Amino acid sequence: MKKKISEQLGFLVLTFSGIFVILILGVILFDVISKGIGVISWEFLTHPPREGMTKGGIFPALLGTFLVSVITVLFAVPLGMFAAIYLHEYARAGKLTRLIRLSIRNLSGVPSIVYGLFGVVIFVQTLNFGTSILSAGLTLGLLTLPWTVTACEEALKTVPKSYREGALALGATKWHSIRTNVLPYAIPGMLTGVILGLARAAGETAPILFTGAAFFLPHLPKSIFDQFMALPYHLYILATQHHAIDQVRPIAYGTALVLLALVFTLSLTAILVRYQYRKKMKG
Amino acid sequence: MSNPLKIQVRHLNFFYGEIQALKDINLEIRANHVTALIGPSGCGKTTFLRCLNRLNDIVEGARMEGEILLDGTNICGDNIDPVQVRRNVGMVFQKSNPFPKTIFDNVAYGLRINGNYSRRKIEEMVEKSLRDAALWDEVADRLQDSAMELSGGQQQRLCIARALAVKPEVLLMDEPASALDPIATQKIEELIRELKTKYTIVIVTHNMQQAARVSDYTAFFYLGELIEVDRTEKIFTHPGLKRTEDYITGRFG
Repeated sequence: MKKKISEQLGFLVLTFSGIFVILILGVILFDVISKGIGVISWEFLTHPPREGMTKGGIFPALLGTFLVSVITVLFAVPLGMFAAIYLHEYARAGKLTRLIRLSIRNLSGVPSIVYGLFGVVIFVQTLNFGTSILSAGLTLGLLTLPWTVTACEEALKTVPKSYREGALALGATKWHSIRTNVLPYAIPGMLTGVILGLARAAGETAPILFTGAAFFLPHLPKSIFDQFMALPYHLYILATQHHAIDQVRPIAYGTALVLLALVFTLSLTAILVRYQYRKKMKG
Repeated sequence: MSNPLKIQVRHLNFFYGEIQALKDINLEIRANHVTALIGPSGCGKTTFLRCLNRLNDIVEGARMEGEILLDGTNICGDNIDPVQVRRNVGMVFQKSNPFPKTIFDNVAYGLRINGNYSRRKIEEMVEKSLRDAALWDEVADRLQDSAMELSGGQQQRLCIARALAVKPEVLLMDEPASALDPIATQKIEELIRELKTKYTIVIVTHNMQQAARVSDYTAFFYLGELIEVDRTEKIFTHPGLKRTEDYITGRFG
């Protein structure tokens, strides 16, 4: 009898924990959507802020986040992919391999503000890219690198050994076998991880804070060496740095909603890609 | 009449790290004959097979000593490119491993690696390989379908066709029928008997009857050693050693 009660109690705790998680997400979503949906309009998405950011839209921030993300992808994806291929297909078990893996794991634990500082020192100052889209994109690229490498390696793991051996046995070189008979089946999985990493990067503020994001710019960036406005930073400013709190609050919620929608869309894309991929591998 | 020796294995030792998996193997494999490798699990027969196309090279910590002469050339030397060896020594795996590509692309895979064949030539060679593997009639009208849709037996014959397409001289088969039903197995065995007119075949099998049915020579491996090798009918009727007899009659193994 006692056993049964304790089991029921345990079950209750587990269920409650589960529901609590959903509840938190639900509250956040409800709060952001209910307060932000009012300002969302075509104009909000396509026009710059006006009158000291108390009116107008968020187009420059949306564009800035997009441009930075492009740089992030261009930098982190090839690098992460090649690192994963090296680790999974070429590296022999040894000290170096273990060190690389350890580094990757630790990199993912580094606070994002530290990446920001690193970006300032390396990209902004040493490489002289200035505070720019390029510097910020590269910094975010570094931030996503551990995710990218890990996701790509996991994707490579899912490709059966028999594909590699089958190709080798037909006289393929190792690289040919990887290129034609491993990567094509791993790429959707890699993509999933990359998109999730990007979704995280797109919402980050700290790494772009010192590396290129601007408080307000009267014009759109003209090259990757220009400063930019970004959604998370814009939100931060509206929420904490603006004097006319009441006037900008709805805009802040609108920005939050757009940012959330963006990140959710990315995650959803990742899920869809993975779903398609699984279907294909089974067929 | 004596047949030319296609492969001569001399004093072959093989190690996985510290563990010695093959001990001083000496074996001659005759051209255009089927040589069956039998023995209990873990006796080293698959390891031996994978030495013959140097597929063990990709195993971490593996080390090979001794000589394997293919038409008189030692294929174990450091100066020999294993990729080249594998083009002459094809392999069919225990678990059929079609690539998740179309039937056509599976067979064409090796052809596209190995040379600048025209589209037409590749089509010709794919058809010929599928015919040689006795699969053509079943797949001729659906070459562009995924190979994964084929039945288990068809998949294995596809893998044979794929191996034949690159025109190897030797075909290694690692328990090619172990995952197949009796009818599919029978087809594979018929195929093996036909293929030996053109190829030298080495087959690993757990199935005594299969070894007796398809092979001309049988080699019995036990605990990493080659115990006995002889003509198949001799091994199965008058084995020279007690241990061979015990294994064949099912007294251990």
